[in-house]
Amino acid sequence: MRLSRRVLPWIAALAGLSLGIGLIWGFFFTPDDYKQGSTVKILFIHVPAAMMAINAWIMMLVTSLIWVIRRHHVSALAARAAAPAGLVFTLIALVTGALWGQPMWNTWWEWDPRLTSFLILLLFYLGYIALWSAIEDPETAADLTGILCVVGSVFAVMSRYAVKFWNQGLHQDSTILKVGEKDPLDVAYYVPLVICLVGFVLFFILIVLLRTRMLIRARRLIALEARERLG
Amino acid sequence: MIALLARDLSLAFRAGGGFGLGLAFFLLVVVLVPLGVGPDSAILAAIAPGVLWVGALLASLLSLDRIFALDHEDGSLDLLATAPLPLEGVVAIKALAHWLVTGLALTLAAPLLAVLLNLPAPGYPWLLLSLAVGTPALSVIGAFGASLTIGLRRGGLLLSLLVLPLYVPTLVFGAEVVRRGATGLAPATPLALLAAITAGSLALLPFAAAAAIRVNLR
Repeated sequence: MRLSRRVLPWIAALAGLSLGIGLIWGFFFTPDDYKQGSTVKILFIHVPAAMMAINAWIMMLVTSLIWVIRRHHVSALAARAAAPAGLVFTLIALVTGALWGQPMWNTWWEWDPRLTSFLILLLFYLGYIALWSAIEDPETAADLTGILCVVGSVFAVMSRYAVKFWNQGLHQDSTILKVGEKDPLDVAYYVPLVICLVGFVLFFILIVLLRTRMLIRARRLIALEARERLG
Repeated sequence: MIALLARDLSLAFRAGGGFGLGLAFFLLVVVLVPLGVGPDSAILAAIAPGVLWVGALLASLLSLDRIFALDHEDGSLDLLATAPLPLEGVVAIKALAHWLVTGLALTLAAPLLAVLLNLPAPGYPWLLLSLAVGTPALSVIGAFGASLTIGLRRGGLLLSLLVLPLYVPTLVFGAEVVRRGATGLAPATPLALLAAITAGSLALLPFAAAAAIRVNLR
């Protein structure tokens, strides 16, 4: 708690700074793509949001495992805190993807493996959050959502490969790690994109810290009330 | 274990046990789709594999909450948890009973309903085979979902929200087997993957479900 309070303003400032620089640079100081025109600038929101949607789930998986194995309470609360953030990142990725797909692919939605697996990821987030809010006893809820998160991860990965059986789909592969190969992402886009990525990561950490602090306080409040009723 | 299986089966077949309910629901889904899509037999033949699989999936979803909820209410789940039989075994037996009541019945009924949807003739053996291989996975995954929602007053809706995303790979591979079989392509690869999902969930999910039940009974 004390460490997080001291760190919070710095992370907030850094997140705001890198998001501001990255997005403004991306939106106003990059050239238009010769084929896609200015819609290419959706990249700067779409790609970081999509990455964070997956990273948030991975973080939830790790914290859930820490809870199940070591029974560290803050860990369970951090997983709970990350879920709505992941849900929103998934939604952002889907919505910006639809807005980008409409002019480029001439369709809002296509049952493409990447798109479909994100929709399924959205369902996983919804189920996870619903299970947290449905169970009253906090320790039971933490245990059950932890189990769900572990099992869900396995099935999310399987769904990802299952829907690939339909066809290759419209969505291109990621070009971020293709530096030096053919068809790389242009440097003019690369630098602001990386800044945006850093901004999204910091923003995610910021939200998780804020929400974890909130959840810890809420639990302390419940404990205090219970003690007052007893005393 | 056999006594538990016999008990669950006789409970399911009695009035209000939900044996006929799943089948009737399956029939209704298959009847409603042509009414909504229109009676064009070429379109129906194209969508038949998917509709049959979705129908079977929804029908098996219908009776999931009965797997543990009733036993939890009357306390027999506590007895089962303290019985010498390991809780993982209890979960596996209950999933097996659920499969015998829904999955097996759906598998046997599916070819009849496939006639209604004008499924091409080469698809029939693959439909039977894919349902026979895939529905056990549905029952085990469902038992896992049911074990998560035991203690909840209105767990049914939450149960479907939790379980349906887990059903995705089974559904995709199962329908893919039938589609490939019906159109003359080789269905071996999705069938093998479907069998892998069933085997994997049969092996691992009873442990997860038993862990969830222990948490819920604590």
